[in-house]
Amino acid sequence: MAADSIVKRLKAPGALARGRLADRAFFIATFIFAGLVLLIVAAIFIELAVMSWPSLIKFGPRFITSSDWDPVAGKFGALPLIFGTVASSVIALLLAVPLGLGVAVFLSEVSPPWLKTPVGFLVELLAGIPSVIYGLWGIFVLAPLVMNHLAPWLNHYFGWLPLFRGTSYGVGLLTAGLILTLMVLPFITSVSREILATVPRDQREAALALGMTRWEVIRHAVLPYGRVGIIGAVILALGRALGETMAVTMVIGNTPRISASLFNPAYSMAAVIANEFTEASSRLYVSALIEVGLVLFGVTFLVNAAARLLIWRVGGGQKRARV
Amino acid sequence: MRRFFASSIVKAVLAASLIVAIAAGVSGCGPGKPVTPETGGGAGNKVKLNGAGSTFVFPMMSKWSALYDSVKPGAQVNYQSIGSGGGIRQVIAKTVDFGATDGPMTDEQLQEAKKPVLHIPVVMGAVVPAYYLPGNPAIRFSGPMLADIFLGKITKWNDPALAALNPGVKLPDRQIVVVHRADGSGTTYIWVDYLAKVSAEWKAKVGVATSVNWPVGLGGKGNEGVAGQIKRTPGSLGYVELVYALQNKITFGAVKNPAGQYIKGSAASVSAAGAGAANTIPADLRVSITNAPGKGAYPVSGFAWLLVYAGQENQKRGQALTDFLWWVIHDGQKAVKPLDYARLPEQVVKLAEGKIKEIRVSKANGR
Amino acid sequence: MNPYNRRRLVSRIMLGLCAASVVVVVVPLLLIIGYLIYQGISSVNLALFTQMPKPVGESGGGMANAIAGSLLLLGLASGFGMVVGVMTGIYLAEFGDNKFGFIVRFLSETLNSTPSIIIGIFAYTIIVAPMRHFSALAGGFALGVIMVPIIARTTEDMIRLVPTSLREASLALGVNKWRTIFRVVLRTASPGILTGIMLALARAAGETAPLLFTALGSRFWSLSVSEPISSLPVQIYTYAISPYEDWHRQAWAGALILIGIVVLIGLAARFLAARSSLVRGARRR
Repeated sequence: MAADSIVKRLKAPGALARGRLADRAFFIATFIFAGLVLLIVAAIFIELAVMSWPSLIKFGPRFITSSDWDPVAGKFGALPLIFGTVASSVIALLLAVPLGLGVAVFLSEVSPPWLKTPVGFLVELLAGIPSVIYGLWGIFVLAPLVMNHLAPWLNHYFGWLPLFRGTSYGVGLLTAGLILTLMVLPFITSVSREILATVPRDQREAALALGMTRWEVIRHAVLPYGRVGIIGAVILALGRALGETMAVTMVIGNTPRISASLFNPAYSMAAVIANEFTEASSRLYVSALIEVGLVLFGVTFLVNAAARLLIWRVGGGQKRARV
Repeated sequence: MRRFFASSIVKAVLAASLIVAIAAGVSGCGPGKPVTPETGGGAGNKVKLNGAGSTFVFPMMSKWSALYDSVKPGAQVNYQSIGSGGGIRQVIAKTVDFGATDGPMTDEQLQEAKKPVLHIPVVMGAVVPAYYLPGNPAIRFSGPMLADIFLGKITKWNDPALAALNPGVKLPDRQIVVVHRADGSGTTYIWVDYLAKVSAEWKAKVGVATSVNWPVGLGGKGNEGVAGQIKRTPGSLGYVELVYALQNKITFGAVKNPAGQYIKGSAASVSAAGAGAANTIPADLRVSITNAPGKGAYPVSGFAWLLVYAGQENQKRGQALTDFLWWVIHDGQKAVKPLDYARLPEQVVKLAEGKIKEIRVSKANGR
Repeated sequence: MNPYNRRRLVSRIMLGLCAASVVVVVVPLLLIIGYLIYQGISSVNLALFTQMPKPVGESGGGMANAIAGSLLLLGLASGFGMVVGVMTGIYLAEFGDNKFGFIVRFLSETLNSTPSIIIGIFAYTIIVAPMRHFSALAGGFALGVIMVPIIARTTEDMIRLVPTSLREASLALGVNKWRTIFRVVLRTASPGILTGIMLALARAAGETAPLLFTALGSRFWSLSVSEPISSLPVQIYTYAISPYEDWHRQAWAGALILIGIVVLIGLAARFLAARSSLVRGARRR
């Protein structure tokens, strides 16, 4: 690094050696902690694999292709659960990314100063609400709203899409997606807002000087600068959506079936673990539930990899390694 | 080092930890003495018993724990609800002094535990068919009919079979929206256990477990999830715990018992079911009493058990545990009624006494 | 329409949409908070903070032990989560442009979407089962693990956004790399990192599932790390699923307190960070 060579020339030999030692020690310290993270995830993975061994042997690949979930007969297939998890997370991100970014841009670029603090504060409040409260609010307030207003409206205007066919009983994929949207919003908004705040003023002024409109400044000068960080925020949000348990299980309807309509009840992987783990009686049953956790690990891997690929495709260019 | 701490992030981090620590300390000093003398200074020489398991008995256990505190200040009984299955697994793993469950341990689980585990019945509960129809008519059900509804064979409220049981009740031409528990639960176990006893088809097609593959219906999480769904969906029918239905004033129907009576769930009719089944209870007290014979017996009832090892390793803890169990099945039963649980019938108290006497601490002075 | 007017119109529309999204977000938020207050405010009183829980049927009682327990658990969790998270973030940002960094980053993201109950089972296996005892320590560890990926990711991103010029200026003055990182880079990035920490803390504060099998819960007063300990989310959860109206109200009130605690810790941390941060000039706020 260029700066290092300057340091080299400036420093006396003895001090330099000491400084280097300290730098080395610092590097090793951070390395150890990064390694600890790796170790923890590896340990969780191994534990899941060991605990789910009976089910892994018994069902093999059928576990993820079958849609039978019958604890009494000892048949376990996770396909509908995978579907429910992915579908509800996709709904959440489709809504939360534009909304969250919109709020972040508004707060950092448009908003009058007096509005920034209260709105930012409110959004951060969202993160502090325990998920069981989201769940209860979901059953008592959101689900009836969806059943009586949102679903009939969607059905009336967009009923030609298979997504909005049928009647809603309140709980279902759509409601789960909406709850998740609210839950992941603070990740996107708060983090993006911090990132936009770090964009240097020169960047904006240069763009303005070129005669750009305010939106063009944001679009071409501000957002690209914070791109990596914003993607990081979205990935955090995705992670939360995939793994969220308590709130989803209260509003998703908990029915392991795959259907095209968002009004229908579904089931998610995290929800089935939370629902059945504490009461599971037989060994095979417990290990099948743990295997669901293992599958969720795999799905997260794939979804994150897919997200990266997508970003590479869309972004196309350098600085990709660390997205 | 001072420079190191000058970094604002480090400061903020330290500050945040400090706030947490101080707050913990402050709230630590505040309430300890005046409000709860029993948790004050001398907690060190108290015997602390930890138990975990069934969600159903949690309110009852917390009441007993509080009462027992005043009766016997030498022991603290801490009970936490982590689900019956969780409780059973903790007993097997020996991480708790006792477990609690509303479905008995299976043979497989008893084998896993290696040493003999005793089932001590402590209280009774029931499951009731709850529904929401405009006008809240009182409806009677029979077992086979409930099974047919949950199998998806009866789909309308004005089905002839239902109408025949309910002369004079105006049943609407509405779809029956079935609501069931999605989380594994003893409530589900009792419900499907009953359905399997009265319907061969249910037994063959669905079976009995804490979670089953439901042929029809929506899954709610917990009693409140099911109740919330029922209250909001006209034409819905589900099942909830009796305590939950009584406390939350949810409409529920009467069910036909083997004696041919239509009985509504209540503390008295549940205890009657326990008494009716008392003669047929096996030696290990692991028993399902759904569809129990006897006059006035409510057919969808069950026991909740505390689980303890017959051989206790620690003299002091073993003694404290035995004393607590003895108290629960005798004096403790007085606290059952106000919480809408059903108390153990006399015959079952006798059986439970016998079980408690089997507990051996190191000096073999089980009582 | 001439091109300039069209561009202005587009700009207006897009900024308008941003403002609209604020409304779309704030309305349900106010609905939730309003609902929470409506349900819980009647039970928020001094006793809630100073008294121990009372059994069903006796009015009053509080959550003093759960509040203290939650704070202790969060303290333990933050201790673990912040150190591991921030250090990992530094590694990823400063030295992580290699295979190892890629793997750690990827695994950390996987950890973030692992359902909290799985993390609870993990903490159970490595701490509770060998010790044969539920403990606050196990609960704190589980919550700490939940915090790590969020903190690591935000730390990394925020550090990467610190302009290279700042770093080089410090290095050119002969300051060691590690001092540069702590004194210049971290300080500049601190508001952002703090946001990450607050998000992590907020998430950990509300988690129930990982505590059921680790910290368990307690009806009694305890601040020992080796004993089962009560916590607000577990208390809220067990109260919320109980049949009793009295307990339901307390559950809502408990949720209000929990949110209050999260907000207070956040505000205090922010206030202190703002006071000690000298490089405000570099940031546009």
